[in-house]
Amino acid sequence: MRVNRSNDSWVQDLSSGGAAQDKALTDLRGFLMLALRKPFQDSSGVDHAFLEDATQEALVKVLSSLDKFEGRSRFTTWAISIAVRSAFTELRKRRWKDVSLTDVIENAGGASQIDVDSTLGPEQEVQQKALIDKMYEIINSGLTKKQRDALLAELSGMPLEEIGRRMGSNRNAIYKLTHDARKHLKRALEASGYTLTDVQAAFGG
Amino acid sequence: MTLSRRQLETLHKMLSLTKSQELTCDECQRNMAEFAETALAGDSIPENLQAIELHLASCGDCEEEFRTLLKALESDEH
Ligand SMILES: [Zn+2]
Repeated sequence: MRVNRSNDSWVQDLSSGGAAQDKALTDLRGFLMLALRKPFQDSSGVDHAFLEDATQEALVKVLSSLDKFEGRSRFTTWAISIAVRSAFTELRKRRWKDVSLTDVIENAGGASQIDVDSTLGPEQEVQQKALIDKMYEIINSGLTKKQRDALLAELSGMPLEEIGRRMGSNRNAIYKLTHDARKHLKRALEASGYTLTDVQAAFGG
Repeated sequence: MTLSRRQLETLHKMLSLTKSQELTCDECQRNMAEFAETALAGDSIPENLQAIELHLASCGDCEEEFRTLLKALESDEH
């Protein structure tokens, strides 16, 4: 669906109030509904009502952040990016609603210890075990509890947004937290004499 | 605490991408529309957008949203 409206006229009409604003909002609502339909059509729990709610949420955000649109893309692309984020915020909330952070962290690795690669010779097995132990040691005693919890939850596949919700924080702050954790882990491994090549050799996939 | 082999592999990938300075999710989101249009046009990624590429490789939430944005735009084109 193409919308014949320039970036400037979107911004102008949406900020105008009155009939021009109503028309632009109606156009944008229809456009966003169509744009979201295709990528979300196979997602479980997504129906017409869900898309309507996500679109409504996005329209409110678009209106309140018009001054942040810098014109570096088509206005509609920018609006879809906001709508996609709104849709995922709601979807993630629903999908993870029954899962606590404690459960995710406690079950981070599953029940079993890391299986040492059986194709390795005995010497390499010992080296791999030593590296993994060092990694656990840094995670357990070198990271703050918040950093460790967020990193383990992230490694367990919990969205940052949901980790943030459970830690009384937000996604942006959780990203910074796990970024700090990664930086610390990397530095501490290097200080212990391990390079990323060693880590790659041990479990680089 | 233990990690599975797959999680250790993920952690290795994350560590190998880790830079001292990285964009946050909010910064990524602000540039995502421009980045998506550049990617869809098949243009090479200009220097000011390369940090977005790195963030997308390190952030599951933003990556999922970016992939979805591309799908939405692709259906918009046709
Ligand atoms: Zn992100």
